[in-house]
Amino acid sequence: MSAPIIKIDGISKSFGTFKVLDGLSMQVMPGEKLALIGPSGSGKTTILRILMTLERIDSGHIQVDGEQLYHMERNGRLLTADERHLAKMRQKIGMVFQLFNLFPHKCVIDNVTLAPMLTKGVPRAAAEKRAMELLDMVGMVDKAKAMPAQLSGGQKQRVAIARALALSPKIMLFDEVTSALDPELVDEVLNVMRKLAAETDMTMLLVTHEMGFAHDFADRVLFFDRGRIVEEGKPDEIFRHPKQERTQGFLKKIIAAGHRV
Amino acid sequence: MTQWSGYFGLILQGALVTIELTLMGSVLALVMAFLAGLGRLSRFFVLRALATAYIEFFRGTSIFVQLFWAYFVLPFAGISLTPLQAGVLALGLNVGAYAAEVVRGAIKSIGREQYEACTALNLGRWQAMHHIILPQALLVMLPTFGNNAIELLKATAVVSLISLADLTFQAQVVRSQTGNTLVPFSTILVIYFVLALLISWGVRSLERRMARGLDGVRV
Repeated sequence: MSAPIIKIDGISKSFGTFKVLDGLSMQVMPGEKLALIGPSGSGKTTILRILMTLERIDSGHIQVDGEQLYHMERNGRLLTADERHLAKMRQKIGMVFQLFNLFPHKCVIDNVTLAPMLTKGVPRAAAEKRAMELLDMVGMVDKAKAMPAQLSGGQKQRVAIARALALSPKIMLFDEVTSALDPELVDEVLNVMRKLAAETDMTMLLVTHEMGFAHDFADRVLFFDRGRIVEEGKPDEIFRHPKQERTQGFLKKIIAAGHRV
Repeated sequence: MTQWSGYFGLILQGALVTIELTLMGSVLALVMAFLAGLGRLSRFFVLRALATAYIEFFRGTSIFVQLFWAYFVLPFAGISLTPLQAGVLALGLNVGAYAAEVVRGAIKSIGREQYEACTALNLGRWQAMHHIILPQALLVMLPTFGNNAIELLKATAVVSLISLADLTFQAQVVRSQTGNTLVPFSTILVIYFVLALLISWGVRSLERRMARGLDGVRV
C-alpha cells in the first residue's frame, strides 16, 4: 500500500460569512481517478481551486506528493509557504478550467509551448515537438497554427488539456470541463479524458455534472454537500445504491434534469 | 507673394518643432505611463505611493505652470534646460500621468481567468504580466493612447510661451510682422488638424494589426 498523493487534513475555507469548506479531510491515492459531485455551492470546485493555489485555506493542512502545500518546514518549524515554495508545488499539479482560459493572443501551439519554455527552460524545438505529440493525442494537430477564437468550445477545451499536460503534472484537476460546451461537443472532450485515463497513471480529480461519465471514469466518487463529504464509494454504490438521503435527493434531481447516469 | 512664401517657410519650420516635441513628449509619456501604471498595481506600498503621488500631482496641476516650473524655476536648483528639453519634460510628465491611468485600467480589464491560467501553468508574476497580460492589455490601451497623443500634440502650443519656435510661436511671428491673423492662424489650424489625423490613422492601423487573429476572422 503506497502513501496517498494528496492528503487533506481538516481544511476550512470561508468566503465572507459563507463557509464553503468546513473541516474537510480526504485522501487521494496515486493514479486514482476521483469524481467530485454535488450541488453547486457544495465546495467541490473550491477544493480543486485550493489544490491549484488559486484560493488559500483558512485553516488545516494539505499534503501533496509528500510535501506540505501551504506550509514549509524551516528548522523544524512549520511556516506559511512563500511564493517559491508554491511555485515548486504547482509543478506537480495541472488544471483544466470550465471556460478553457486559453490565451487568446497566442496560437494553439504557442499556448501549449509557453509554460514549458518559460517555467522549465525547455528549448523551443523540444517544446514544439512535445506540443505536437500532445496535440496529436487530443486530435488537434491540424489546428496547431490556429488562433483560439477560430476554435469551437470542444476544440478549445482539448487544447487546454494539452496545455496542462505539457508540464507533465502528476495530478490533473478538471473543473467542470464540459459544462460550458454545447451538448454535441461534450463527447469529444470526454473521449480525450478517457484516453488520458487509459494511457497514463496520472492522478485525476474531476468535478462534474456528467454523472454517466463520472460513473464510467472514476474509481471512487465523493458526494459533497455544504462543504462536507456526505457519502463516498465506488461509482456503482453511489449511483445505484446511495445510502444517504441527500445523495438520493441530489441524484434524483440530476436525473430529472435530463442527465444520464 | 515671395513675402508670403517666406512666412510659410517659418510656419513649416514651426511644424517640424511641433512634430519633434510631440514625438519626444510621447516617448517620455509612454515610459512614464508604464512606470506609473505598473507602479500603481505593485505589491509594494512605496511603489504604489510614488506612482499615485506622481499621477495626482501632474494631473492636478496645469501644464502651463509645470512648463514654467521646468524652464524658469529649475535653474534655481541648478538644473538649466533648453526650451526643447523643458517642453518635452513638461509634456511627457503631464500626459504620462493621464496615460498611466490608461495602463492601469487596461491591465485591470483583463479577466481573472487569464491570471488563473497563468497560476495554473506556474508562470511567475512578471512572466504572466509580460507574456499574457500586457499583450492583451496593450490592445485595450491603444485607442486611449491615441487620444492622449492628440492631447499632447495640442498641448505643445504652450511651449511658444517659453519662446520655443513651434507652430503657434511662428504664427504669432507672422501675425506681428504682417498684421494678418487670418492667414497664419488658419494655416496652423489646418496643420494641427492634419497632424492629429495622422496620429488617429496611425493608431488605428496599429490597432488593426494587433487585433489580427483575436477575433477569429484572420490570422
